[in-house]
Amino acid sequence: MIPGPAKIHIQRVSKAFAVDGRQAPALVDIELEVAEREFLCILGPSGCGKSTLLNIVAGFVQPTGGTVLVDGQPIAGPGADRGVVFQEYVLFPWLTVAGNVEFGLALKGVPSAERRRTVTRYLDLVGLGGHAAKFPVQLSGGMKQRVAIARALANSPAIILMDEPFGALDAQTREVLQDELSRIQRVEHKTIVFVTHSIREAVYLADRVVVMTSAPGRIKQVFPIKLPEIRDRFAPDFTQYESEITRVVKEEVAKVHE
Amino acid sequence: MLAETQPRRLESAPGVANLAVGSFVSSVPELMEWGLRGSALPRRRALTLRLGSVLVFLGLWCLVSGLVVLLELFNPIFLPGPWMVIGAVIELGAKGQLWVHIASTLERVAVGFGTGAVLALGLGLPAGYFRAVRNLVEPVVELLRPIPPLAVLPLFIVWVGIGEGSKIGFITYATFFPMFLTTVHAVRQIDPLLLRAAQSLGARPTQLFRRVILPAALPEILTGVRLGVALSFFVIVISEFIGAEHGLGFLINDGRNFFLVPQMLGAAIVLGLLGWSGNEALRLLERRLLRWQHPG
Repeated sequence: MIPGPAKIHIQRVSKAFAVDGRQAPALVDIELEVAEREFLCILGPSGCGKSTLLNIVAGFVQPTGGTVLVDGQPIAGPGADRGVVFQEYVLFPWLTVAGNVEFGLALKGVPSAERRRTVTRYLDLVGLGGHAAKFPVQLSGGMKQRVAIARALANSPAIILMDEPFGALDAQTREVLQDELSRIQRVEHKTIVFVTHSIREAVYLADRVVVMTSAPGRIKQVFPIKLPEIRDRFAPDFTQYESEITRVVKEEVAKVHE
Repeated sequence: MLAETQPRRLESAPGVANLAVGSFVSSVPELMEWGLRGSALPRRRALTLRLGSVLVFLGLWCLVSGLVVLLELFNPIFLPGPWMVIGAVIELGAKGQLWVHIASTLERVAVGFGTGAVLALGLGLPAGYFRAVRNLVEPVVELLRPIPPLAVLPLFIVWVGIGEGSKIGFITYATFFPMFLTTVHAVRQIDPLLLRAAQSLGARPTQLFRRVILPAALPEILTGVRLGVALSFFVIVISEFIGAEHGLGFLINDGRNFFLVPQMLGAAIVLGLLGWSGNEALRLLERRLLRWQHPG
């Protein structure tokens, strides 16, 4: 199922949070491998710990048990090898669009001429070529998220972690950005872990969809999506996957409401 | 990582600070715009109105002091007209005295406020970032803060003598607290996601400080700095009442001793102008540094 060695190996990861002096489990025994260049979507009802899992892989949160290996090495905190795209965009408001995109390169001391080239390249890639000098306050939500994606890509990490990146956008913008991300991935070939609660989004983007159980989060089922690279949201086999996954997710959502 | 992410409201500064803020930092039009966000007046019209208000004020002042002279209501020496005040200022300026007084007041403010700012930022930035530092520094600050700075001025004089040391130290002491508290708050309210974003782009701790924490805290730090400047002008006058031979506060007190009311009013107006210019200069700087908040 997974071609080649695992880029990310999530090894028996558990996480419990202290609630009222008791340890409440959020994630239990997550075992997952993500192949190099794979686009993996994690789906699950809200509160299932999928964002926590992503934060653990990013190095922002320490797991209570287990480890995360990247290229066989355990991670030690956040690092430039794992770019992160947040739902809230989290651009640096005091920097221009260009300043945001080149942030990682500036940290590394990349000379400015080279930075400028990279900025141009990635702003063009996300369709924001003419907006380099603008400040984040001047951008719409969709544009901000494009900048955030360009910022992550420009730092050339092997892995990109995306935490419901299109969750705050309106439906139209959302689909446009899904198209863009799918196109970008065909150029950039990153290893992507993408958390979402939209089944359609997962089927549209992913090579594999991991469905998690409601809290405490476990892996319920893994769906390899065998669809062409360029996908049609209305194709029969697309909707087939959608309804199949919907059925599995609904079981979990129902548990939350019981 | 930011030690504590929960934003906490900054408690209001002590009474003295509030008074000072009221007189310098937020002008009445600023406060009014806060409440009624109606459509802005055309620039020229707004300027005419503002100029008009100053002229009407001066006119009323002339009228009242003129009536006092004409009707012999009381000794006109108590309420000199604006022409007499301006005359006194010009006379002091021509004799060269005024500049000496302005210079010594400004020097005390600059050194005292500068030291206060360095201390407030030097302690406030780490206290905002590291919980351990905050727990070490904050209790002492909380203990001393409620004491009105004026209450400790005599102590300063006892300790460092009546010279420059006590005056400068007093300004440093008075301005430290609001600037320290705004700096701590500025750092604590930084969105932790900004730090995470920078870390996952490869920022090391020193880079995080210079490239994220400082710029993210800057708007509020600058507000604290403006407060500090306003407070400096507020407290310098009092310390110059006591044992000073120069300074605008000395001029006022000297005027009182010799019944030179025009000189008292003139020095007060010069102080007001200096405070106003300081605030305007900082606002200009702020507009430049924080252009990203209102670009284009």
